[in-house]
Amino acid sequence: MASNKKYWKSVEELNENSSIVDTLQKNEFVSEIPTDEFLGDKETLEASSTSRRDFLKYVGFATAAASLAACEGPVRSSIPYLNKPDDIIPGQADYYATTMADGFDFASILVKCREGRPIKIEPNRDAKGETNARAQASVLSLYDSYRLQQPVKGEDVKSWSEIDSEILGQLDILARENKKMVLLTGTMASPTASKLIKEFQAKHPSLEHIVYDAVSDSGALDAFEQMYGVRALPNYDFSKAETIVSIGADFIDQWQGSSYESSFIAGRKLNEGKMSRHVQFESVMSLTGANSDKRVPVTPSEQVYVLLSLYNAVVGANVSTKATKVDKAIQQAAVQLKQAGSKAVVVTGIQDKNAQLIAMAINEYLQSTIMDVENYKLLRQGDDKKVASLIEDMNNGKVGALFISNCNPIYTLADSNKFVTGLSKVALSVNFSMQYNETSVNTTYSLATSHYLENWGDIEMKKGNFSLMQPTIKPLFDSRQLEDCLMVWLGKTEKYVDYLKKNWNENILEGRSWNTALHDGYFISNKGTSISKNEVSVSSPAAALLSGVKPAAMELQLYMKTGLGDGQQANNPWLQELPDPITRAAWDNYLTISAHDAKENGLMNRTVDNGALNGSKVNLTVNGVVIENVGVLIQPGQARGSVGLALGYGRTQAMKEEMMVGVNAYKFYQNSSKFQSVTIEKIEGEHKFACEQLQHTIAGRDTILKETSLEEYNDKSLVPAKTWNLMPVVSLKHEETDVTDVDLWESHDRTMGHHFNLSVDLSACTGCGACVIACHAENNVAVVGKHEVRVGRDMHWLRIDRYYSSEISSQKEAKESGMSMGDMYAALERPEENPEVAFQPIMCQHCNHAPCETVCPVAATSHGRQGQNHMAYNRCVGTRYCANNCPYRVRRFNWFRYADNDRFDFNMNDQYGKMVLNPDVVVRSRGVMEKCSMCIQMTQATILQAKKERRKVRKDEFHVACSDACSTNAMVFGDINEEKSPITEMLEDKRSYHLLEEVGTKPNVVYQVKVRNTTEA
Amino acid sequence: MEIVKRHIKLTRLVACLAFLMFFATPSSAQESVEAEVTEDLSQYQTESYKKGRSIFKSKCASCHKLDKKFIGPGLSNIGDKREVEWLQEWIKDNGAFRASGDADAIAVFNEYGGVVMSAFPELSNEDIDAILEYTKVGEKKKVGAVAEASEEEQEGSDAWMVYLVTLIIVLGILWVFFKSDNGFLKIVSVIILILLLVYYGFSALMNLDVNEGYQPIQPIAFSHKIHAGDNKIECQYCHSSAKHSKTSGIPSVNVCMNCHLLIQEYDGDVTAEHNKEFYDGEIAKLLDAAGYDEEGQYDGKLEPIKWVRVHNLPDFVYYNHSQHVNVAGLDCAKCHGPVEEMEEVYQYSPLTMGWCIDCHKETQVDLKGNEYYANIHKQLAAKYGVNKVTVAQLGGKECGKCHY
Repeated sequence: MASNKKYWKSVEELNENSSIVDTLQKNEFVSEIPTDEFLGDKETLEASSTSRRDFLKYVGFATAAASLAACEGPVRSSIPYLNKPDDIIPGQADYYATTMADGFDFASILVKCREGRPIKIEPNRDAKGETNARAQASVLSLYDSYRLQQPVKGEDVKSWSEIDSEILGQLDILARENKKMVLLTGTMASPTASKLIKEFQAKHPSLEHIVYDAVSDSGALDAFEQMYGVRALPNYDFSKAETIVSIGADFIDQWQGSSYESSFIAGRKLNEGKMSRHVQFESVMSLTGANSDKRVPVTPSEQVYVLLSLYNAVVGANVSTKATKVDKAIQQAAVQLKQAGSKAVVVTGIQDKNAQLIAMAINEYLQSTIMDVENYKLLRQGDDKKVASLIEDMNNGKVGALFISNCNPIYTLADSNKFVTGLSKVALSVNFSMQYNETSVNTTYSLATSHYLENWGDIEMKKGNFSLMQPTIKPLFDSRQLEDCLMVWLGKTEKYVDYLKKNWNENILEGRSWNTALHDGYFISNKGTSISKNEVSVSSPAAALLSGVKPAAMELQLYMKTGLGDGQQANNPWLQELPDPITRAAWDNYLTISAHDAKENGLMNRTVDNGALNGSKVNLTVNGVVIENVGVLIQPGQARGSVGLALGYGRTQAMKEEMMVGVNAYKFYQNSSKFQSVTIEKIEGEHKFACEQLQHTIAGRDTILKETSLEEYNDKSLVPAKTWNLMPVVSLKHEETDVTDVDLWESHDRTMGHHFNLSVDLSACTGCGACVIACHAENNVAVVGKHEVRVGRDMHWLRIDRYYSSEISSQKEAKESGMSMGDMYAALERPEENPEVAFQPIMCQHCNHAPCETVCPVAATSHGRQGQNHMAYNRCVGTRYCANNCPYRVRRFNWFRYADNDRFDFNMNDQYGKMVLNPDVVVRSRGVMEKCSMCIQMTQATILQAKKERRKVRKDEFHVACSDACSTNAMVFGDINEEKSPITEMLEDKRSYHLLEEVGTKPNVVYQVKVRNTTEA
Repeated sequence: MEIVKRHIKLTRLVACLAFLMFFATPSSAQESVEAEVTEDLSQYQTESYKKGRSIFKSKCASCHKLDKKFIGPGLSNIGDKREVEWLQEWIKDNGAFRASGDADAIAVFNEYGGVVMSAFPELSNEDIDAILEYTKVGEKKKVGAVAEASEEEQEGSDAWMVYLVTLIIVLGILWVFFKSDNGFLKIVSVIILILLLVYYGFSALMNLDVNEGYQPIQPIAFSHKIHAGDNKIECQYCHSSAKHSKTSGIPSVNVCMNCHLLIQEYDGDVTAEHNKEFYDGEIAKLLDAAGYDEEGQYDGKLEPIKWVRVHNLPDFVYYNHSQHVNVAGLDCAKCHGPVEEMEEVYQYSPLTMGWCIDCHKETQVDLKGNEYYANIHKQLAAKYGVNKVTVAQLGGKECGKCHY
């Protein structure tokens, strides 16, 4: 229940003496208009030869000149097609089903194309496709102006025919010398590409294909192979689970190549009054930990002890382990696992074969139906041992040719120097890459490959589940995909698409139609798979696991952030600007540390007077490798004795300058282990973060977020409006009346036509950020850069607030509640040690009685009959009154011209990046207010389509970008005048409430109370 | 790019206030073209000529021209080059004629790349004679007619009136100022002067960037008058995306070539300004863009045409053609004016927001016949007893419907 919980967004708020929190709560705009930037200081002004009179003359002249210049509009040209393709109608969008696969993320998607340009990614729901933030943003990586635009040899640009003849010539020489050749790729998971590579191997028998994943799951693959005889990964169906225990597995964000977000949320069936119970043991606060019912912070080495103790407790075995301070929680988890029986599952992110064996052994013991080993996954295939021996061979001069595709080993290997020296001994080194990346610098050839949106291909994500990849645009550059290169080098005259089609017709489609499969984007084979289990003894792996643990004073866990993942899309401004769901910091990686350890080491965070966050700086050392100048961010919930650092940052090649942020943590990824022992050395200076956690604060209005427990939710004796979904009351004629029944305003009649509502289920929202990127893509939201985010001028129309909560949070409250001093200090320690986390997406609430509308002096913002709050940018004069009067803080002011402005060198400012803009939505200019429009361009398009076809709008036909992108259906959009639609069901749900009901704004966005399963064993 | 006929009102105002009118002389120079009629017209009047011309147009013109090589050879005076009998044999069934081993026939066939000519067994010898007469006489030479008097002058005289009245007022005020001692008159004249300035100033500002009458010079002098007026081609034959999409769509060159593959020469009425050579030249530009060389042979060298946009809406306005053309069933002329009379297209409507809103306020929406409105229709009837509503009443006046 919300009543005795204290919500806070930042550690700063726990400090009662902080004046900045107060300022931030009172002011929408923390900083004043930056007059200094254009007026300069007093001295400069006095030194200037321009007098006040001159200045006025210039102003007058400039105004007159600008007015005269505005008299004539520019001459605009229109260039029609010469031969218009039949299926393109200019101005109408086309959708193509294809598959995203970049070696790290895989997803069945629909691509929205306008006039032959892909502009947006949507999940292919028919194929059960899900898109995370990286998949959503991948369309912008297509238009990366720093892509490699043609094949190069060293610095020289070459034509493909020159490349072909040179490489074929070298291959002949190497074949005669019988030299070893290696093809090093990321995970391809492509049956047809594998077939083609095998053909290539048949022609060049000395060629070996080695798969290398930057962030390895080699241990899990080895364990699965030992247990089930196939080098693959188990699949999990969390929707059926009753108890889930995860030890460091971040399965909501991305784990083992896919996200289990929707499957996890599907298991939380509130309409049936049932929810899975999820316990997470972890070190760094992950998205999965934040969404868990119970989160137990443990250090990386303790994660191993937890796994072993859990094994003992569940199976009743007695393998040797070590006691931890969380043994009680382990016992409780074990009891709940055993209670759930076959509906329980244990997963672990510990990257060790033995650990994975033990987790699988627990699942086998429980006869878990959640772990599916028959429909195994193929999305990670990397083999660390082979990669290690390849590097040895290279250094020993045994490798004659190395072809690298879809991976960037010189950036992602911990010991990249050894790879570089090895590479210098390889006669022929070829890097197939979209960018001239860190690896390209050291290879002889860099061959420009195409983006997946320009490619043909196929992916087998799960055994028997095939997806097709088709081009949605003609290659922008003179690039060629790996498969087409192999086709040419094999001397085939046909293209890869013909080869693919032939292979599908012969080996995959089982007689069904290629065109149907291509249209649908996927094909599921009817052939069943069977798998046999090998008996594996757990005792020796358990002993090996335990002996491998090296506890240290300070342990480092390397992790991946939701935005950048493994770092291959680091030059994507949308992903850089996506605030991390947990820390709310964008444009950076940093050392996460617990408040306790920070204090011990003299490290601190402080919020400076423009609302931005600064932190201490440290140097880190792991096994003699040093990374300097790392910012420190105090992370509530970080396990004491552990620190975290995100991979994927610190890239230096093919990056725009503004995007070269953070440090390269792969240098610490030694022996492909995410757990390392680290020493921290504080250095002088402060790191400047772009952290939004204190911006757009709720001004102490804690009722904005409501949550309850499953027990209370199911308790029929409780009236939600009086208890866990408390309806605020006011006194009307000396009687307590619900605030919704008291109104100053006349209500509009909205029974006719459409009335749109958006519903956000806080129980289903995992904070993954896919909607934020989808909103950027659909609405041409500008990227503003690190400095602007830092000072609170971000442009996100949709933000996901993250709240920490704890029972007691301030000394004052503790005193008031009559706690003893001892209890109070214990309680005050707790909130930062292990807070509960809640996510709340906030966009314009489209209030029926909108405070912004009444204060606009020029009526630029007004209310639509269909429930949307309109914003006419061309009418706005930029007074910002509306933003100051908005209780939800969702309005964004255009401080600068973000398009065509060298200061903001992001996608809107370069000729390729501009191609991603949605032509149906205007690019806003400087000095106007903007905000969520509830995707009015999409609702209008749906209505128009219905009108054109002279029919009613179909049920569920209305969409908005954020609800489209949401994998867990946390966001539902629709017309509440349509009876029995999903949105009306959500509106009538007993969990529904409007934000800050007491303000009387009557929003058209409705939220559902977050429910946690707090059932303890 | 030179731009003519724009900002008339603004120019007029500026001219008025600056007394430029004293120096401006409207250009009325009209060059009339004397028609030289020396030809014998009777040869075009014979029955056989008319018959031959008609057959040629329907059966031969898709592959042959008179004066130059097309798919087949140019046929002007073909009767002088070949025997009539040879031609009759060839035209009726050239395949059989070649098979009979006629050396000339085979030579002609090979010369034109082995393209098989259709057989015309239905043509009688008289028909063929008629065709030959037509090929001998040829087409009537077109001469330029005297151009009609310009409309400009009419408009100009109106403008003179306005200038004159304004001038008199201003002179009057000046007289009051410098010659009169009457204080009251001075105050009144100052007030009138201020009112005049405010009136003209405000209307000038309101007309900024209102480009009614904007008629840019296009890279090809495409005549809507010939296409939509003389030949009565449906607007949406070329602007085919108007019913599907937000843009009406400038037709792609392949749409032009549906007709212009055959029509490579202009054959309609001409004026002094725009004679046959002029139009032929414009068609040649199109053929060049479509990848045809001067000989009319396809060479594949495509050249995109860079048209100048006539109707420019600002980026912050969303306008959708299909909503108006398809759903509302509006006539294109409602906004675009008498396009069928425009030699080159100009912007007919002001395209201001006031103009849009006025129409939205007046236009009644036909709720019947579109299932989408069925519910709204029922509710309206039940609630207010109204059967018809305007676009504005349905929400067509809300800001966010067009500005997003």
